[in-house]
Amino acid sequence: MGRYAVFRLVRLIPQVLLVVTLLFVLFRLLPGDPAQLIAGLTASAAEVARIRHQLGLDRPIWVQYGAFLVQAVQGNLGQSISYGLPVTTVVAAHLAPTVELMATSVALTVVLGIPAGVLSAVRPHGLLGYLSTLVSVVFLAVPNFWLGLLLVEWLAVRQHLLPAVGWSGPASLVLPTLAIAARLVALVARMTRSSMLDVSFEDYVRTARAKGLSGARVLFGHMLKPTLPPVITVIGLQAGYLLGGALVIEVLFAIPGVGQLMVTGVATRDYPLVQGITLFYVAAFMLINLLVDLSYGWLDPRVRYA
Amino acid sequence: MKVKVKVRARDLTAWIGALIVVGFAFVAVAGHWLEPANPTAENLAAALLPPGPGHPFGTDPLGRDILSRLIAATAVDLWITGAGMVAALAIAVPAGLLAGHRGGRWDAIITSLSDGVLTFPTIVLAIAIVSLLGMGTTSLIVAVALTTAPQLVRIVRGLAIGLRDAPFVEGARAAGSGEARILGRHVLPNIIGSTLVAASLLASQAVLIAAALGFLGLGVRPPAPEWGTMLSDSRSYLLTDPSLMVLPGACIALFVLGLNMLGDGLRDALDPKLRGRV
Repeated sequence: MGRYAVFRLVRLIPQVLLVVTLLFVLFRLLPGDPAQLIAGLTASAAEVARIRHQLGLDRPIWVQYGAFLVQAVQGNLGQSISYGLPVTTVVAAHLAPTVELMATSVALTVVLGIPAGVLSAVRPHGLLGYLSTLVSVVFLAVPNFWLGLLLVEWLAVRQHLLPAVGWSGPASLVLPTLAIAARLVALVARMTRSSMLDVSFEDYVRTARAKGLSGARVLFGHMLKPTLPPVITVIGLQAGYLLGGALVIEVLFAIPGVGQLMVTGVATRDYPLVQGITLFYVAAFMLINLLVDLSYGWLDPRVRYA
Repeated sequence: MKVKVKVRARDLTAWIGALIVVGFAFVAVAGHWLEPANPTAENLAAALLPPGPGHPFGTDPLGRDILSRLIAATAVDLWITGAGMVAALAIAVPAGLLAGHRGGRWDAIITSLSDGVLTFPTIVLAIAIVSLLGMGTTSLIVAVALTTAPQLVRIVRGLAIGLRDAPFVEGARAAGSGEARILGRHVLPNIIGSTLVAASLLASQAVLIAAALGFLGLGVRPPAPEWGTMLSDSRSYLLTDPSLMVLPGACIALFVLGLNMLGDGLRDALDPKLRGRV
């Protein structure tokens, strides 16, 4: 397991280099002049040139690229224009709500989705089986921001059960989490169901039943663990949705997280901030995929030795 | 007997999906003649009217006819999705064919480039693109194309690899056809069906990206109507006029549902191999 983890970490290095390069190329295509933006429209040409020099934008593109690479790897993402602080500081200050929101969404997905899938697999032709299929078809089509609005209207505006928007204690996490997790729960339930149905035809399951183990022991002792890898794959494939969904939902619910910070950054044309947050999301995406790959190694020994 | 029923149910999914998609496409094309009123004409005296004669779905806070705005928005959203998907195909089909058929260095470059772009969460990449290009329909089309193309590249590449050493390709090669001719005459016709199926599934993601950007205030420029933008505008009226947010959201959901059903149904009917890969 340790060797597999090291191998997987080493493979991350070229990926990081590639992504940082893509980010550099993307943001160099920016039509505006960042030095002009920082100096303001009324600044003199000399002032703009001074800032350009200060930012290193007058150096050859290869030198800029090298410097960007070194700084990004060191975790230095430059200076936010609107905050006048290092981008990493600004992002760190907005990190907690985003991480909390994503953690509760994943937790809800696992706690609801896997049991729902298991239950509907135990009785494939039961009501729950059909219900989970129907619900997943619907939730794959409903955009999370619309679901969020409907939840606010129903549970906050009409029923006064929960706060509508804002960030004040655990109650304000409920609606945003539901809005993000609905699609994930549907997908995970569907995948758990089909994976468990596949596993139920395995020889070792039949053997376990034949030697007289109770249904529950077969289910939890023999079937659950081999059911999980495809389910984890689905969660991993949805990492992009999780990050992007949290971003949109933060804006909807006025949650002071990284996502809202990014959208504000676009509006104020704070391009170092937008660039830094983009890199933050990419890093988060890679981290989730790393965890997913490591969990394969844990769940399926064949992966470790491949 | 059992098999027959299964096939029919599958086809039914594709047909319902096709019906929904074609319906939206009809509204998008014929929209101008269907709109009961000018979708951008403001009339504050007639603001927030309930559904009634002349305004089947009522009016919005600026007195604009909601039905007309929904119809006009259909054209905008379908144009962004359609143009974005065509652009994505125009990038992905040649790139994927080159990577899959040629292999070697081209494959390494194209694959690592598309994998690199895929490490950006789609919405984040789309926001970054709009922040660089500025708001507007063109930016949305570029955002849709660039976020979708890498996924299509992977699919086209996989399909092309599968045909690289197919007997009819070897035969054409033995008969002296050049590689360009082989790609155009033999490989492309055999992968285009599966590619379009994959594209129709990815199109639903494209709709959601466009609408999400609109919702974030990074979509088309006002006063042009767009589903996501309309949803965003409705937020200030949740307390007084919650009905404003129902129809734009329902349009997005129904269109996405139609695309998903069409794509799923076609995939299962035409190409079981693709199952689970898209």
